Amino acid sequence: MSDTAEKVKKIVVEHLGVDEAKVTPEASFIDDLGADSLDTVELVMAFEEAFGVEIPDDAAEKITTVKDAIAYIDEKKAA
Amino acid sequence: MFDLTGKVALVTGATGGIGEAIATALHAQGATVALTGRREAELARVAEALGGARVLVAPADLADPAAPAALVEKVEAEGGSLDILVNNAGFTRDMLALRMGDADWNAVLEVDLTAPFRLARAALRGMMKKRFGRIVSIASIVGVTGNAGQANYAAAKAGLIGMSKSLAQEVATRGVTVNVVAPGFVKTAMTDALPEAARTALLSRIPTQRMGAPEDVAAAVAYLASNEAGWVTGQTLHVNGGMAMI
Repeated sequence: MSDTAEKVKKIVVEHLGVDEAKVTPEASFIDDLGADSLDTVELVMAFEEAFGVEIPDDAAEKITTVKDAIAYIDEKKAA
Repeated sequence: MFDLTGKVALVTGATGGIGEAIATALHAQGATVALTGRREAELARVAEALGGARVLVAPADLADPAAPAALVEKVEAEGGSLDILVNNAGFTRDMLALRMGDADWNAVLEVDLTAPFRLARAALRGMMKKRFGRIVSIASIVGVTGNAGQANYAAAKAGLIGMSKSLAQEVATRGVTVNVVAPGFVKTAMTDALPEAARTALLSRIPTQRMGAPEDVAAAVAYLASNEAGWVTGQTLHVNGGMAMI
C-alpha cells in the first residue's frame, strides 16, 4: 500500500470512527462508512491539511470512495 | 457558571455601545477578547479599558469582502484559537423604500448580513475541528416586527435569524451552536439621535418603561457563549423590555 493510501486510511478511520477493516479502496464514505454530508466536507478539509493540497469543490464532489481520494491526491502531488 | 476562561472571542463592532459592553462582559467571564472595528483609536481605548491583558486589537473594515477570512486567520494565529464569534457590527441607512436606492440597500446588507456569513464560514472550520464553537449574531427586534424606514436594516436582521437557524442545523453534531440576540431599543449613540417626541412614544410601548442598557444585551451574549448554553441552538433571544413578546 502506498504512503498516500496509508495516510488516507488513517484519516478516514480517525474522522469517521470506523473499523480499519471496513476502509477498503472501494468503500464509499456515505454508503459504506456511514458519513453524512458534513463528514465528507470535514474529510476533504483533513486531506487538504494532511497532504498540503487544495481540493476544489467540483473535485471534492467526485471523491466518494477511499480509492477516489487516493487517486486524486496522488495525481495532485505528482503534478 | 458561564466561565469563559481559556476561550478566545472575536467581537465585531467592538467600539459601539453594545459591542463594547459585549467585549467587557466576555472579558469579565475570563475570555480573551479580540476587538474589531474600523476606528483604531477607539479600539485602543476599549482595549485599555479592559486592562490590556487577554485583549487583541484587530482593526478591519467588514465592507471589504476579504476582511472576514483574514480577520479569523489573524485571531486564530495570535489568540491560538477562535471559540466564540460575536457578529455585532452593523449600521443603518434609514429611508422610506420609495427613496431607497440599490446602493443604500446593498451597503447595509453587505455589512449587516453578508459579513457575518463570511465570518461564520471562516470561523466554522476551526470550531468544527475542535468540536466546540459559539456563534452569536446581534440582530434586532425590527428584523422580526419590521419598521418603516428600515427595509434594508430589517431585511439584514431577519436574514441573520434565517442564516443562524440554517448554520445551527449544519453544525449541531459538532458541538457548535449558532444563536441570535435580538435587542429592542437600547440606549446608544444610535438611539440618542432620536428626537424627544419619538423617544417618549417609544417608551410608552415598552412594558418595563425604560430603554435597554448595552449590558442587558451583553449578558444574553455571555450566556449563549457559555458551555452551559450548549443545548440552545438556532434560537433568537429577545432582549427588549417586553416590547414584543415573540
